[in-house]
Amino acid sequence: MMDRTTYKFEPLWKIRLRLFARSFRKNWGLFWESRIGPLGLFIILGFALFMAAHPILMSTIWDPKVYDPIMGFDPKLVGQHPAPPSWAHPLGTDPIGRDILSQLMWSTRSEFALGITAAVITVTIGTLIGSVCAYFGGLIDMFFMRLADLVMLFPFFALLIVMQSIIPMDLFKLALIMGGLGGFGAITIVLKSQALTVKVKPYIEAAKVAGGGAFHIIRNHIIPNILPISFLYMMFNVTSAIFSEAALSFFGLLDIRMSWGIMLNTAQDAGYLGAFGYYWWLWAPPGAAITLLCFAFYLVGRGLDEIVNPRLRKR
Amino acid sequence: MPGRELLGVEGLTKYFPVKKRLFLSRARSFIHAVDDVTFTVHEGEIFGLVGESGCGKTTTGKLLVKLYEPTCGSIHLDGQDVIQIRRGARLREFRRRVQMIFQDPYESLNPRMTIFDIVAEPLAVQGVRSLVEREERVADMLSKVGLTPPETFMFRYPHELSGGQRQRVAIARAMVLGPEFVVADEPTSMLDVSIRAGVMKLLLELREVLNVSYLYITHDLAVARYMCDRLAVMYLGKVVEVGPTEEVIQEPLHPYTRALIAAVPVPDPTYRREPVEIKGDISAPIDPPSYCRFLPRCPIGDVTCESSPHPSLKEVRAGHFVACHRL
Ligand SMILES: Nc1ncnc2c1ncn2[C@@H]1O[C@H](COP(=O)(O)OP(=O)(O)O)[C@@H](O)[C@H]1O
Ligand code: SF4
Ligand SMILES: [Mg+2]
Repeated sequence: MMDRTTYKFEPLWKIRLRLFARSFRKNWGLFWESRIGPLGLFIILGFALFMAAHPILMSTIWDPKVYDPIMGFDPKLVGQHPAPPSWAHPLGTDPIGRDILSQLMWSTRSEFALGITAAVITVTIGTLIGSVCAYFGGLIDMFFMRLADLVMLFPFFALLIVMQSIIPMDLFKLALIMGGLGGFGAITIVLKSQALTVKVKPYIEAAKVAGGGAFHIIRNHIIPNILPISFLYMMFNVTSAIFSEAALSFFGLLDIRMSWGIMLNTAQDAGYLGAFGYYWWLWAPPGAAITLLCFAFYLVGRGLDEIVNPRLRKR
Repeated sequence: MPGRELLGVEGLTKYFPVKKRLFLSRARSFIHAVDDVTFTVHEGEIFGLVGESGCGKTTTGKLLVKLYEPTCGSIHLDGQDVIQIRRGARLREFRRRVQMIFQDPYESLNPRMTIFDIVAEPLAVQGVRSLVEREERVADMLSKVGLTPPETFMFRYPHELSGGQRQRVAIARAMVLGPEFVVADEPTSMLDVSIRAGVMKLLLELREVLNVSYLYITHDLAVARYMCDRLAVMYLGKVVEVGPTEEVIQEPLHPYTRALIAAVPVPDPTYRREPVEIKGDISAPIDPPSYCRFLPRCPIGDVTCESSPHPSLKEVRAGHFVACHRL
């Protein structure tokens, strides 16, 4: 046996970075093979470019007085609004003379912000509560599980209508509330059941025998092992947040100035949804955008699913 | 050979509640997983615990490392009451002194941690702050368990290693704090037959180099014979026979031990051993009757056995104890 050898090591962070890059490459390969995952990612990238193009257009070829998504008005078409698509307005104008394409592009940013903020909050809360409930069990577990039942059965819409009358509901508050309520809902049950399968692994016992306490075990063993599932659920939660915003805006329950839901609401308020075949440019673009972006996040989620749940993999 | 007494176990008992789903019945039942077990382990000794699967070996091991709270009984390490240790500095010290190697090397290593993180975990939770020191100690331990050169193993993941290599990692993790006593729960039973001997040799070698004692759990008598200085034979939560390994194996006294040994194939075909019959199957000890646990399968049990309580261990020869009314 050797006595005392001095070993030479690279800095730990460098090694960890390399390991991370390696596992990222491997998972990227699997994600790529799923086909639907990359498709979703491309659609999302498309929306990101669409979003980024708006300020550029506004500062170059679009006159802000005409093309501003909220305050704009095209005086050349007075009396013809909502005007059908034309060269000047590729997706037409809305009943008060604003450019639909500009609204659609401008709103993309808030849809992303809302969806991602709400989903991150939901998943963070869900992951923490799920692992704590699984690890400790008992009263803590019982409390949060009953709370989850309550949240799941709760009439969200009624709550939001009431809250809207007390405090004006802007996009950021909506994201916080949806994220928070979501975090105490179904996701805690899903992530807890995942955490329970981790909790019974012998490496948890080994960590206890080494002297690791509850905090150490939850942080170093349980959370890293359920994180892939959390991440997967994050994608599905983006979808549901965007969808909820659209529904709430459509019924005029939100105090926001422009979004895809508001665009639908404008069409509805002015009575243009009744004549279905006519004025399609009022409802089709926001409707398609909502559907497509939700679908894209769903596809990414399904692609991740194939990495996270290897049994779903072909071969 | 063995020095002073390191670990003393007396009347150790663990009951697990079982839910009986009987209509309208509220009666609570208990599995008597470990029932009134007494033994001692000396410094530098390898003490074997053998018996069929489900007889309570793992539970005994987990009681000794404080993964379970005993229902009753006492455990002393170096004369210090282990059960009284609850938290804080004393628990931390106990964790440094007593470690465990788990049966399944595929499940006992976190798949998301590198080998370095796994072996360094005990150091980290025990407050070894210096990264350089952790790296040195992990590398040193890895080379001691035969994973050389350590740099090539430290930053791999468990799934990149073979079963034998993984079990060596688990051994390194158990040994990195320099424990005095290690519970080895069937450390080779999940491994390929061809690599078992290597892992067993390593454990024997580490006993010398690191000066540890083991509670060595196995269901395999040949393994026990190779590894252990003394043996305890368990049956349904009870220790039925304790003694020096060779003596227990060559002259088994308890009918259960005799049956176990008769079931092992003998290398010498001319050797004739009196056949020992045992009837029936092992069952889980749920609310067992008070008479001898082995009676339902015992070839020599009689009415006295049925009317007396479970026999306690008697010293029939120096250092050789048996629990049987008929001996
Ligand atoms: N955590 C537990 N909860 C309930 N019953 C258990 C638990 N652990 C073990 N048992 C029961 O205790 C008995 C002894 O188990 P164990 O100690 O694992 O046996 P061995 O290691 O000898 O195979 C078995 O009947 C088993 O079903
Ligand atoms: S006490 Fe009786 S039943 Fe038990 S092992 Fe001895 S002879 Fe058999
Ligand atoms: Mg076992």
